[in-house]
Amino acid sequence: MSENNKATEQAAPAKPKRPKPKSMIMLNEQTAALAENTRKAKEKGEKIGWSTSIFPQEIPEALGLYIQYPENVGAGIAARKQADPYLQTAEGPLEYNNDICSYAKINLAYAEAMNEGGTLVMPDFLLVANNICNQVTKWFENLSKTLNIPLFMIDTCYNSEDYVTESRVKYIRSQLDQCIKDLCEFTGKEWDEKRFIEVMDISAKNKELWIRANELLANEPAPMNGFELFNYMSTMVCNRGKASTTEILTQLNNEIDEHLKNGTSTYPVEQQYRIFWDGIACWPYLGHNLRTLKQYGINMVGSGYVKAWALDYESNDLDGMAKAYSYCPANNNNMSTFIKRRADAIKQFNCDGVIFHINRACKVMDCQQLEAHRRISEITGVPYVGFDGDQADYRNFSEAQFETRIQGLVEVMKARKEAQNNG
Amino acid sequence: MADIQKRLSELAAAVDNPKERLEYYLGQGKKVVGCFPAYTPEELVHASGMIPMGLWGAQTEWKEVKRYLPAFACPIMQSNLELGLRGAYKGLSAVIIPTLCDTFRCVSQDWRFAVEDIPMIPVTHPQNNANEGSTDFLVSEYESVLNKLSVITGMRMTDAALEETIEIYNEHSRLMQEFAQTANDHLDVITPAIRHIVMKSAQFYEKAEHSEIMKDIIEELKNMPKHNFTGKKVILSGITAEPTEILDILAEYKIAVVGDDLVQESHQYRVLIPEKGGSAVRRLALQWKNRKGCSLVHEDFKSRGEMLVELAKANEAAGAVYCQMKFCDPEEYDYPICARTLRAAGIQVLQLDIDQQKGSFEQARTRIQTFAEML
Ligand code: SF4
Ligand code: SF4
Repeated sequence: MSENNKATEQAAPAKPKRPKPKSMIMLNEQTAALAENTRKAKEKGEKIGWSTSIFPQEIPEALGLYIQYPENVGAGIAARKQADPYLQTAEGPLEYNNDICSYAKINLAYAEAMNEGGTLVMPDFLLVANNICNQVTKWFENLSKTLNIPLFMIDTCYNSEDYVTESRVKYIRSQLDQCIKDLCEFTGKEWDEKRFIEVMDISAKNKELWIRANELLANEPAPMNGFELFNYMSTMVCNRGKASTTEILTQLNNEIDEHLKNGTSTYPVEQQYRIFWDGIACWPYLGHNLRTLKQYGINMVGSGYVKAWALDYESNDLDGMAKAYSYCPANNNNMSTFIKRRADAIKQFNCDGVIFHINRACKVMDCQQLEAHRRISEITGVPYVGFDGDQADYRNFSEAQFETRIQGLVEVMKARKEAQNNG
Repeated sequence: MADIQKRLSELAAAVDNPKERLEYYLGQGKKVVGCFPAYTPEELVHASGMIPMGLWGAQTEWKEVKRYLPAFACPIMQSNLELGLRGAYKGLSAVIIPTLCDTFRCVSQDWRFAVEDIPMIPVTHPQNNANEGSTDFLVSEYESVLNKLSVITGMRMTDAALEETIEIYNEHSRLMQEFAQTANDHLDVITPAIRHIVMKSAQFYEKAEHSEIMKDIIEELKNMPKHNFTGKKVILSGITAEPTEILDILAEYKIAVVGDDLVQESHQYRVLIPEKGGSAVRRLALQWKNRKGCSLVHEDFKSRGEMLVELAKANEAAGAVYCQMKFCDPEEYDYPICARTLRAAGIQVLQLDIDQQKGSFEQARTRIQTFAEML
């Protein structure tokens, strides 16, 4: 689970550009501010943290800590096609296997050997929630060991049942309490209950705004090019508990509303097909992917990211928060939950097809999906296609294969549409 | 000598043909539950009056599994799922699958949906062992396993039964530890392959039965004069060190295995179930809290590298072979950390790819040969 700041912008083909929407300018400012503020805080001797992407950020945010997100930065590096030296260092002198997650490879190389002048400020502590995968635990363990800094973990316990068992809620809750205590002790900050509630409220608001913006793409034709939403994910990953995010997402919602009102869309050509994208974007090839899809008028209207931060809990309900952080991420849930969520989304967004990224970097997103997609397709009647890629290691993707697979999907979608039109 | 050879070949036969062991127990009217690696609470199966049997893959062709797993999933899970899909595990009343890594998470679900005639019992181990709530959580996971087991047996496990099982398991673990130590005085008899067979074989026996065999083996070894081994000594680390061809190559180059940090072998026996700590189920859960130095157990400032150095030094090993299960990411993350720590302590390291698929061992041979020269 991750995203980047300027992915489409960086990887898209050079063309006369539309003026940047205001929300995007605000987003860029926010991104720059986080990097700058973190750097300054470090200079002042504050303790800086690195975190996984779906950690209960409400805690460090309430403490006023500066936190950065390696997955997000890895995506940015990959999208700008700058990953190669990191990958080479990780697999060469650092002796990491080519098989591990490419975000991890980039970040481990960065942390150990290549952080000179980078946007990530070297951390004093680490925050890990394993609700996205187990690989992040291993990756951050290594950071902790090599940088000799503490790691604070929230173990969110994989859900084998279709719900979060009470025993999980209790255990995760006890870790949240512990984490608050440990972080206060380590950073010397004081816990402020009022501020915590405020952050929870802001986070809830941001979540709603994010979901709303995404769900507006359920309109036909969609008011926006779905790939553009990838750009805004960084605000949810890196600044989910901040008021500046509320401003950005409100602006974004207004812009989309405006398109709806005017019957316009940022999708550049006529929209022929609506697809659901399952998996992380292929950052180094975003431009290529978009071009390929555009040829057929395919717009990505739905993706796993819509509900990626659908963390539903009542303000100041820590048990609810414990449950939400376990239940929300798709990778922490069993196949029946996964199938249901995907099938519902495909119907909600009225998708004509599904594109499934068989991501070489990410076993948790590949090893149950083959069966899951067969079943989802049976339920929805919507065809799907898988392609081999990697969110950040450019060596694991073939443009030709992607193009052929999409072509194949289009043929099926077309035939299906014709059949539907003919009653 | 005759006796020990007989005992060892019994174990070799079991490892060679686990299916026969399965049929043996089924023939006795017992129910058998398949236990995926690793740290599956097989004691609960045992105390429920059934036979737990380890499922650690096999050298088999992958056909059906291609519909479920990409080529870059680890060989153990490919083989286990393939055998499940093909019906090769017919006779098992259930399988227990833990969710210790990303592949496990998914495979538990693939099994659940695809292998309909053998129910899957999941178990999730807590990873934040430093947190006080972790044991309560694991107790409840174990209770959920017990509930599902009781559906198979039609009975509820008793506390007394688990107490007895714990004694059997702890005795067995002590014997296995003793064997590993005793074996080092008899490296002529206990070759790397034989050591592996003995350590692995317990997966296919009711543990009290296996203990009886182990007592004979240990006694016989102790009766023999100590052997003065003049070759080179190494320790093994990883998930498994299979197939035995690799171990035979070690022996060919006069390399003995004097200790292991393999999940399939010593990890099964190195942590006893605590004598105290509450109810039997809770004591079993506390065993997990005491585990460390393993890629499947989260631990602050992972100590595996240091533990390997200690293991090597205590057993006078000059080198460590890191048996890298192909596509096993937890192990891939641990490797650089372990390798650096070992090298810093002057211990040579060889990372060897482990793949259960049948294939040629020429590359492994060349690498082992070079390694032997460095030792
Ligand atoms: S393994 Fe997958 S879920 Fe985990 S960090 Fe990498 S891409 Fe994200
Ligand atoms: S990846 Fe490693 S730990 Fe996970 S199932 Fe495979 S061998 Fe076991």
